[in-house]
Amino acid sequence: MPKKIETVVLHDSSTPVFGDIQKGGSVVLASSQTLLDIAINQARANALWPLTFGLACCAIEMMSTVASRFDLARFGSEAFRATPRQADVMIIAGRLSKKMAPVLRQIYDQMPEPKWVISMGACASSGGVYNNYAIVQGADQVVPVDVYVPGCPPSPDALIYGIIKLQQKIKRGKFGRLIELQPRTLESEVRV
Amino acid sequence: MSDVYKSVVKPILAGFGITRRRLMQRRKKYADVTVQYPDELREQYPRTRWRHFLTRYDNGLEKCIGCSLCAGACPARCIFVEAAENTDEARFSPGERYAVRYEINMIRCIFCGYCQDACPTGAIILRKDFELADYRREDFIYTKEMLLEEYPGQSEEPFESKVGGVYVNG
Repeated sequence: MPKKIETVVLHDSSTPVFGDIQKGGSVVLASSQTLLDIAINQARANALWPLTFGLACCAIEMMSTVASRFDLARFGSEAFRATPRQADVMIIAGRLSKKMAPVLRQIYDQMPEPKWVISMGACASSGGVYNNYAIVQGADQVVPVDVYVPGCPPSPDALIYGIIKLQQKIKRGKFGRLIELQPRTLESEVRV
Repeated sequence: MSDVYKSVVKPILAGFGITRRRLMQRRKKYADVTVQYPDELREQYPRTRWRHFLTRYDNGLEKCIGCSLCAGACPARCIFVEAAENTDEARFSPGERYAVRYEINMIRCIFCGYCQDACPTGAIILRKDFELADYRREDFIYTKEMLLEEYPGQSEEPFESKVGGVYVNG
């Protein structure tokens, strides 16, 4: 089978993981948080307003997460917003087709800072079974992704675990350092 | 005045009466609708498929013989197996060969369980650990060290939640 080299551009998350120097970027974290950091991070982490971005079947599980059996309101995230101007976190639920990618990027750009992205499910995170011409192989080629949730689709508790991970990440960070990193380029072998 | 009572106050009281009655019913019948997830885990269905484990025989040898049938059955092409020969000095599995590298791209896996069905020795089994979310895509390549259980029967134990949960029957 012939192989060709294809360059892949990946976006790292602009919210750094604590104690971590990210590749491709220039974020170095101070190890100490001030009291103001802790207060602001608590406020941010416990009132995440997700953006309605259901692209495929994962959206059904996302709706189930908000419903009474799993009740995302316990984490302050029940207010799903239909406009990016009022949302904090974008949950990409479903496969991202190449036609949808510019739309996703535009909606991400319209969200006010600080903003986070959860890539829900195998298709949004990596393409999943759809390794073909139509599907973007990972939403991090378009927007920086903070938390990847594997599963096809992830059950509501798995998504809630992803949201808890995002809250932990927000709580450990320093506010005011959220800058967009330069995308990093990978070269990967692609079977044609 | 009596008109106001008849058309406004009375219907409101009657309406809230229904609300109060429903609340009492709810307290009796549907007391635990919501699964308090990080504190307690709901009981998963018996054939739930989540995280993969490579299991061992009771004598400690690995069940995996490195035949790559799981990789062939995988619809997402997310399994990579590299086999090597067993020798008498270094014996990992009962057969001729064992898997020296076994990697699963957990972010591409769709948890269909075809690998479990295809496995001739029952080595790879999908268990109920669903807490797999992470921050970086590099962390989702699960190597053999992460997948292989440390002692026989380790993966059959109910998984412990990473955010501290207890099992409830619900």
